[in-house]
Amino acid sequence: MAMLLGKKVGMTQVYNEAGELVPVTVILAGPCVVTQTKTVETDGYNAVQLGLDEVKPVRRKKPAIKHAEKANTTPKRFVREMRLAAGAEQQYQAGDSLTVSVFSEDKFVDVVGTSKGKGFAGVMKRHGFGGFPASHGTERKHRAPGSIASFASNRGHGGGPKRGKRMAGHMGNVRVTVKNHELVNIDEEKNLLVVKGSIPGAAGGYCIIRTAQKA
Amino acid sequence: MKTEILDAVESKSLKEKIPYFEIGDVVDVRCRIREGEKERTQTFTGTVIARKGRGVNETFTVRRIVNNEGVERIFPLHSPNVLGVRAIRSGKTRRAKLYYLRERTGKAVKLAQRHSTHTVSK
Repeated sequence: MAMLLGKKVGMTQVYNEAGELVPVTVILAGPCVVTQTKTVETDGYNAVQLGLDEVKPVRRKKPAIKHAEKANTTPKRFVREMRLAAGAEQQYQAGDSLTVSVFSEDKFVDVVGTSKGKGFAGVMKRHGFGGFPASHGTERKHRAPGSIASFASNRGHGGGPKRGKRMAGHMGNVRVTVKNHELVNIDEEKNLLVVKGSIPGAAGGYCIIRTAQKA
Repeated sequence: MKTEILDAVESKSLKEKIPYFEIGDVVDVRCRIREGEKERTQTFTGTVIARKGRGVNETFTVRRIVNNEGVERIFPLHSPNVLGVRAIRSGKTRRAKLYYLRERTGKAVKLAQRHSTHTVSK
């Protein structure tokens, strides 16, 4: 399995071989630096730590700077781990650089990103509730959630709302994984991945691109 | 930076040579049509009344009258299915969008000729 860190550039359209216009997202991915390798002996599991995007060393604490120095690099802004299978052989070394060519054999990828924050949202927007009619006597509760509990909720008496009851609250700005995006194009020169469809987050947001697990 | 990268990705879908035609021209548009397994070329002839969009999204609108009924087709300029556009008659126009032709019927639809041939070709 291959993984890479990237930055969403934005969306556009391209023509495929059949002459159809395909909506695509462009991701500026890599080159990522391997900042650390983890093994079963030392850490209890196999993994590779990747870093993306330069950050001024003065803006990071000393432990982070020294950690990067071990891999002969500067501290990175976006650092994530690629988990390897328990028996897998460690094929990377600290200081190695990973580019989009790691996906050269892949046709589909999963993308992990942070969705756009929507602030405090009501139930209609957040959970797709139906709301109430605009007229026919409805007063002051057009977008209300309706009843959330009763005296006899969950049997017994004096019940409160059930745990997990969908209500208004903060929406967005959470980690979202979108799976099985077709890899339309790989530009090794410009470090670009062109992926079919949309991915979570705003343009300029960080994302993780992995080989699709269930293609 | 963002636009540069997106333009670079788009540019692979763009045609290297764009046929030259002007607003008001009567054009022959050859397009590829797929019917099941078979592929054939269809020609649509009419007046170019609008051209809009940028990059891969650039389109042009061709209007013609069929059986006393106005027919407009919007073609993506860079689509591989649009095989070619050939201007066969130029039209004299004073604006970029000829939507006023939609209100006209009969002889009034025809535009005065600007020049007999296209002297400019890209």
